[in-house]
Amino acid sequence: MSSAAWTAWEGADPVRPPAGPLLSVRDLQVRFVTRDRTVHAVNGVSFDLDAGQTLGLVGESGSGKSVTSLALLGLLPRRTAQIPAGEVRFADEDLLHAPESRLRQVRGNDVAMVFQDPMTSLNPVLTVGRQLTETLRTHLAMDKQQARDAAADLLDRVGIPDPRRRLREYPHQFSGGMRQRVMIAMAIACRPRVLIADEPTTALDVTIQAQILELLRGLVETERMGLLLITHDLGVVAGVCERTAVMYAGRIVETGPTADLFARPRHPYTLGLLRSVPRLDAGSDLPLAPIPGSPRDLTDAPSACAFAPRCAYATDESRERLPVLTPVDGDRDHLVACWNPVSDAQRVSSA
Amino acid sequence: MLPYIARRLALVVPVLFVTSLVVFLFVRALPGGPAIALLGERATPEAIAAFERAQGLDRPLYAQYGSYLRNVLSGDLGVSTRSRQPVAEELLQRFPATVELTLAAILIAVLVGVPLGFVAAKRYQGPLDQASLVGSLIGISFPVFFLGLLLKYVFAIRLDWFPTTGRYDITSSLDTRTNFLVLDALLAGDGAALADVLLHLVLPAVALATIPLAIIARITRAATLDVLDEDYVRTARAKGLRGAIVDRRHVFANALLPVVTVVGLQTGLLLTGAVLTETVFSWNGVGSWIVEAISYRDYAVLQGGILFFVLVVVLVNLLVDISYAFLNPRIRFR
Ligand SMILES: Nc1ncnc2c1ncn2[C@@H]1O[C@H](COP(=O)(O)OP(=O)(O)O)[C@@H](O)[C@H]1O
Ligand SMILES: [Mg+2]
Repeated sequence: MSSAAWTAWEGADPVRPPAGPLLSVRDLQVRFVTRDRTVHAVNGVSFDLDAGQTLGLVGESGSGKSVTSLALLGLLPRRTAQIPAGEVRFADEDLLHAPESRLRQVRGNDVAMVFQDPMTSLNPVLTVGRQLTETLRTHLAMDKQQARDAAADLLDRVGIPDPRRRLREYPHQFSGGMRQRVMIAMAIACRPRVLIADEPTTALDVTIQAQILELLRGLVETERMGLLLITHDLGVVAGVCERTAVMYAGRIVETGPTADLFARPRHPYTLGLLRSVPRLDAGSDLPLAPIPGSPRDLTDAPSACAFAPRCAYATDESRERLPVLTPVDGDRDHLVACWNPVSDAQRVSSA
Repeated sequence: MLPYIARRLALVVPVLFVTSLVVFLFVRALPGGPAIALLGERATPEAIAAFERAQGLDRPLYAQYGSYLRNVLSGDLGVSTRSRQPVAEELLQRFPATVELTLAAILIAVLVGVPLGFVAAKRYQGPLDQASLVGSLIGISFPVFFLGLLLKYVFAIRLDWFPTTGRYDITSSLDTRTNFLVLDALLAGDGAALADVLLHLVLPAVALATIPLAIIARITRAATLDVLDEDYVRTARAKGLRGAIVDRRHVFANALLPVVTVVGLQTGLLLTGAVLTETVFSWNGVGSWIVEAISYRDYAVLQGGILFFVLVVVLVNLLVDISYAFLNPRIRFR
């Protein structure tokens, strides 16, 4: 970590304190329109992310987590994806209406991404070194040698031994866990202020998962990055995230400090999620029970609670009107979008 | 890499051995024989018997094949029954014409087909994509022979833009030393001769290139569409790379892999096409040589010519496999 290149790299981006939250998303909507159908993938998502903070975005597969994250950087397929409403502000700059040339400067430099499958997310015909240095050279105007030195330092930092040799190797010569480390090294290369990790451990086995999460947590701490950690695994959120947002059918149905949300889930869907995962930590007395039914078809924009058909707590109102996020018991930090939230008494008796 | 090449080269020997046997039997299975073809239908049985004895055709097949194989191994491909010239000599004379023609055709097919397929994929379902789809369907379904005649009629006879037949203006003073005429003209530093040779090459090369071009364009398009959906392309965009760099470094480099394989598979087709194209344009290559040899039942020429085609197909595919490994590290570093 003490080489000249690393020092140069370290001085590259002076940290300015932003006025508002680092990343702020308001009422984001995304739909995919093709000739034969429309998919309402994201239907009004709002959240904030501060420097040094980790926000977990959880939900079953298909709930719109990946689409949300890709929308932030304008990475959705241009032919079919539409963003009819919403706001994405990064350091007080509107990203949703920024020109492509500006977005290119932000991508990989200010806001970086790590994707789910490290087997397919790296280009098989380029060396790992090439893929690392191209990011550095694009954003930090390094020459070849500087970029190679910095790339070796990066591999070292994410815990890959013998970095200089590994730079000359191709992705297929790395194991799954090592590839995900490479992805992370690529993402943090330009010291981004926000890191979006979309299911970064889903494709890995359990021991490797823990190592990768530990690595991410360490990076958030040392770099003071904001981390948006997307996962369908509540176990991952519990270990890493200060705050959690639960997503269902393209909307956030409950959000709050992770500890609070886990201890007092208000939305029946959150409760269902918590019950459907085996928890290793002590103190869990809830029996394991998968949520019945399947996720809502996204052909129409939501006009009622999307979870109502699967919900034991649903009321007539749930089936008619769209619930919005409201504070739980006046707690402005813990919000739930539900007409009939689960009370403490109900939660205990249902268990 | 080297052991890989050695292993592939070692495979060439049994392939050539088997095909030589198949070709040997095949030409002898043709109805009639060289005696009747040369001496005519009304030749006396005595004359035919005498001819066959002189040619050694009265011996049992295995004995004929045995001596054929021995001769081939010592570089002797036999003598043409029609021209009485050594087949090896004629082959050396003619193969540059075929190589030049097929190279020109494959160059056209790749240089036009690959960019066309790539751009069509980038403009998926746009007007250019639709047009190239229709165009390549027409290209694939047009018989080479007919296309050759059509091109010749329109561009050589009617419009008179190109010469109708042959490889160069025989009244010119071009020294056909290597018989690769483009090369000869370059070696001579003769610009006029080069232009003349290239003009002669255009129509046959275009006729021969049409089908491979259409196929290569289709494959490139399909491969590009596949690659555009790959996660690593999304990664490249998420890094903030410029679109042109994403296209070139991440999309194109990967889309090329299946295309390279197809180019190899096309060689056989291309040589078949060359037989027809050479006939239409009186191109003195191996293809027209084989066609003539069939009507004369010229066994030695047929065997030599077809074996040459097989050798070309085998070598080109070896080359393709090597370049595939070169482009694809997953094979190179196994
Ligand atoms: N390119 C696309 N075209 C059409 N529908 C899409 C596209 N990408 C995602 N979707 C749909 O949007 C919904 C949300 O997908 P996604 O965000 O990937 O879910 P998650 O990441 O939460 O598993 C799904 O129903 C999915 O089928
Ligand atoms: Mg996803």
